[in-house]
Amino acid sequence: MNKINSNEAVINEDNTLVKRFFITISKVTTFVFHFFKELFIPPYEVNELIKQSYRVGNKSLLLIGATGFIMGLVLTIQSRPALADFGAQSWLPAMVSISIFREIGPMITALLCAGKVGSSIGSELASMKVTEQLDAMEVSGINPFKYVVVTRIVATTLMLPLLVVFADLISLYGSYVGVNLKDNVSMQLFIVQVFEKLQFSDIFPAFIKSLFFGFVIGVISCYTGYTAESGTEGVGKAANSAVVYSSFMIFLIDMVAVQLTSMFT
Amino acid sequence: MEENIIEIEHLKKSFGSNSILADMNLKVKKGENLVVLGKSGTGKSVLIKCIVRLLEADDGNIRVFNKDVMSLEEDELNEVRRKIGFLFQSAALYDSLTVRENLEFPLRVNKKMSKEDRNKLVEEALNNVGLIEAIDKMPSELSGGMKKRIGLARTLILKPEIMLYDEPTTGLDPITSREISRLILSVQKTYNTSSIIITHDIECAKITANRVIVVSKGEAMAEGTFEEMTKSENKEIRAYFE
Repeated sequence: MNKINSNEAVINEDNTLVKRFFITISKVTTFVFHFFKELFIPPYEVNELIKQSYRVGNKSLLLIGATGFIMGLVLTIQSRPALADFGAQSWLPAMVSISIFREIGPMITALLCAGKVGSSIGSELASMKVTEQLDAMEVSGINPFKYVVVTRIVATTLMLPLLVVFADLISLYGSYVGVNLKDNVSMQLFIVQVFEKLQFSDIFPAFIKSLFFGFVIGVISCYTGYTAESGTEGVGKAANSAVVYSSFMIFLIDMVAVQLTSMFT
Repeated sequence: MEENIIEIEHLKKSFGSNSILADMNLKVKKGENLVVLGKSGTGKSVLIKCIVRLLEADDGNIRVFNKDVMSLEEDELNEVRRKIGFLFQSAALYDSLTVRENLEFPLRVNKKMSKEDRNKLVEEALNNVGLIEAIDKMPSELSGGMKKRIGLARTLILKPEIMLYDEPTTGLDPITSREISRLILSVQKTYNTSSIIITHDIECAKITANRVIVVSKGEAMAEGTFEEMTKSENKEIRAYFE
């Protein structure tokens, strides 16, 4: 009898989890529709958008630059022995650049932004919610969703591709340094070798992908912060959820993007 | 006959199965300070949040400036909201903005206002709460009492006709509480506001109230002047004033 009861409890718990999952999905979908509705209706919060774009870009620039450089350097050093076995060291710049532009640059940048920018947006909005700052905006006749949420989602969507380009370029420089640890290759020759093999189809899908990464980081971080429950616990939870779910969604989008790219190329 | 600026009839609000406002009725006359007293969880804060529709009431009527607030569209509602100042329990200053920017924030709806006019309004509002020297400080540099004053200045900048105070003296020492209570009285005289003051603080009620309502179980249990309430024959009501 006890076993039956405990099995029923497990089934009920599963039902509740499934129910909660679908409720959350529907709420996030509504949140996204609300975003697109507010996005196109004036007034436009241009100053706040510029401020948020600066914050998103500026906040991550140093970290992404340093990580990008290390990424390019390490990838080059690690790949060299395998190519050297076939006497194909001259392919090193092309191989590393394709890896960076197609996959590693956008992924690492997006994951770093999910950690740094996502947690910051999640906790900031949650803190504004629990200290009634969002309510204060609403009672003074200002739409907090438009001012706080729309500007942040647009900022992350626009800034992430730019950060990816920055990370790609710094990674290439890291790779150039890596190549020159053993060989003596001029910058001009390195660039020629990189762009010899690099095609538009390597860069364009990655750029589109990074727009989606930025959008997802913005939406999830804003959603977790904007819907945070009262108390300081809610602030921590919002920051944590922003990072976890954004990172998961980045991998999911990447998987879909790889499938779509391989279908069309 | 004095004009009623806020009229609430049979207001009901529940959270799930928990009924907070069961049948709330009250009226606020033009220029008066109405103090709402009651135990925690009796729906005092919920009441004023329903007035500005931060919370949607389940049933009943709310009329502000003779408009049915519950049926207003967003634009009309925002028009009404701009005539209402709301001082939150936590003051709700925007953390990332300086005091000046906090005060300028509600003025952003009026895009045509010149910078000079904005500065003048900000300085006037800060002078009225006696904190002009804090103009370039961040909220994190202010004490609890200062935050409340700045929060009040921010609501006053739009020259509201109604003020809603949510526990304005909570968490403050007795001296600062008295200062805030006197400031509420001064706001009423300077700006000719009508106010609802939610409080547990009897001294605040004594200083500010023209009329007092005691709320219990989501309903207005008794109503009168502060002196009438202190002499009430009902033990439960008298308990608040002892």
